Amino acid sequence: MSPKTLYDKIWDAHVAHEAEDGTCLLYIDRHLVHEVTSPQAFEGLRMAGRKVHAPEKTIAVPDHNVPTTLDRANAATMTEESRIQVEALDRNAKEFGVHYYPVSDIRQGIVHIVGPENGWTLPGMTVVCGDSHTATHGAFGALAHGIGTSEVEHVLATQTLIQKKSKNMKVEVTGKLRPGVTPKDVTLAIIGETGTGGGTGYVIEYCGEVFRDMSMEGRMTVCNMAIEGGARAGLVAPDETTFAYVNGRTHAPKGAQWEAALNWWKTLYTDEGAHFDKVVTIRGEDIEPVVTWGTSPEDVLPITGVVPAPEDFEGGKVEAARRSLEYMGLTPGQKLTDIEIDTVFIGSCTNGRIEDMRAVADVVKGKKIKDGIRAMIVPGSGLVRAQAEEEGLAEIFQSAGFEWRLAGCSMCLAMNPDQLSEGERCAATSNRNFEGRQGYKGRTHLVSPAMAAAAALTGKLTDVRELN
Amino acid sequence: MEKFTKLQGIAAPMPLVNIDTDMIIPKVFLKSIQRTGFGKNLFDEMRFNRDGTEIEDFVLNKPQYRDAEILIAGDNFGCGSSREHAPWAIADFGIKCIVSTSFADIFFNNSFKNGILPIVLPQEQVDVLMADAEKGANARMTVDLEAQEITTSDGEVIAFDVDPFKKHCLLNGLDDISLTMEKSASIESFEAAAAQQRPWV
Repeated sequence: MSPKTLYDKIWDAHVAHEAEDGTCLLYIDRHLVHEVTSPQAFEGLRMAGRKVHAPEKTIAVPDHNVPTTLDRANAATMTEESRIQVEALDRNAKEFGVHYYPVSDIRQGIVHIVGPENGWTLPGMTVVCGDSHTATHGAFGALAHGIGTSEVEHVLATQTLIQKKSKNMKVEVTGKLRPGVTPKDVTLAIIGETGTGGGTGYVIEYCGEVFRDMSMEGRMTVCNMAIEGGARAGLVAPDETTFAYVNGRTHAPKGAQWEAALNWWKTLYTDEGAHFDKVVTIRGEDIEPVVTWGTSPEDVLPITGVVPAPEDFEGGKVEAARRSLEYMGLTPGQKLTDIEIDTVFIGSCTNGRIEDMRAVADVVKGKKIKDGIRAMIVPGSGLVRAQAEEEGLAEIFQSAGFEWRLAGCSMCLAMNPDQLSEGERCAATSNRNFEGRQGYKGRTHLVSPAMAAAAALTGKLTDVRELN
Repeated sequence: MEKFTKLQGIAAPMPLVNIDTDMIIPKVFLKSIQRTGFGKNLFDEMRFNRDGTEIEDFVLNKPQYRDAEILIAGDNFGCGSSREHAPWAIADFGIKCIVSTSFADIFFNNSFKNGILPIVLPQEQVDVLMADAEKGANARMTVDLEAQEITTSDGEVIAFDVDPFKKHCLLNGLDDISLTMEKSASIESFEAAAAQQRPWV
């Protein structure tokens, strides 16, 4: 038998039908659903008189629209349109009988944090959701990717997806990370190297010592942004770190089933000599804490750098850079550490987990954020929030001057009331710095949680290694 | 789904690279629970001022491109969010075909589900079409899906590739779910086998 990649193995285990031209029906083990990309899909089912094929494999939670302020139980905190979407999900979840975490449930949170946290996401699974950041679940060695609403309807109706296999890409980060360098810096540095289209047509496997050394939270941060590099999905082979994270979670297998699962999970790695269509190798030691300067996640520079000029680029990127600089209100040659910020946003499916909360607390403990800075921390789920409170982190945040919010997507995409105003500049731990992403004409610099915390203290983009 | 067979129409040039789905349809317009009505907000922040007036130099606001049915776009079109509201907005506006050097994966798939044909061509050929589109309303291109050919206003013919299954679905306006349901026996036997092999799922 020819050697296989991890992706090949998971793919092969899920092909329910293959047509002569290679078009496959890929069986889906977990379907995650949120309120923005599902109403039209449920409506489609209703109109065709169809049922959800496997409601026990379907998990729904509202996250994009929900307010994160403490008074959100009051319906008036939501706009009418948001309320209609959340109510539609309430209704659809009940009518079609899928698992559901309503806003009032402590387990509610960002769908990509809720899945792993409750043991829904397991190694070797196929996981989809009408959300591009589904790539997050690849951290478990699960094949996970975003789909459109038509595909959401297709999965609801058939538990399969019409797919052709992607190519295999290996991203290897060797050696060790230097102090102050985090998984967020690693994933941004990779996109800086490959570009936002560099992964198009591929499923990435992240290999190398840096990922082996990384926690599950860190691996989720890395895989989360695989989509920002254009890849269909990102994967990390499951190992003892994965098994330890999964073990004991509510929906993880128990007893004899755990043993059986573990036996299979331990076969999920890329065989010696398996073929990758594309390989990118980066030395872990070469990665520095990074920030984005522009309006594409590929616009990445070490914090020690300066704002580039359009002429530093080639082809269509020259015009794109010119447009980005104007939008961001930056001047070529300006030191990144001289850029003053108005706002700090810590949270999102990229960096809203407990480890991210701890990283922020480490930086801000016993300190105060700079006067005039608006700074909010939005935990990724009610459970993350509860744990952060139990560990005393919430107290640290509040004494430092941060707002400590309830769980949701919040200012990552600003569909709820958490938005930037025109020209407002934000250091954000989220995943996209697109024009208008965090609010009309808002300006986003993507950073790690530690770097966001440092920026909150100084009021400028800051090299966290220089603090103290 | 509406069929796509042959289209003769005006092509609008959008050479900017990395046009993301937040640009195509900003999130403030994602709150509808319908599939229709998004066209009026297509490219909203590039197309309109905050007071609702049009930004004159945006391509689709120029008189010669207001009725464009084809977009000639820069590299990596449709990157970012998986929102199908992006192709819904594009289709609702009246654009049925997009040509670029590359598309983001999810957007590419979403387009086919909505009767939109995304075509990938090498840079040199996109350059030819971009130049043709820049001529304005007199430059009407023809996109023939059956023949897999684009004909420029000058009569130059450019061949393109398309996945045979996706082509078949577009030409006939086929609904994926009905097609898959014809294979329900395969799905059921897969489920039975998987329940033995991986009972914990």
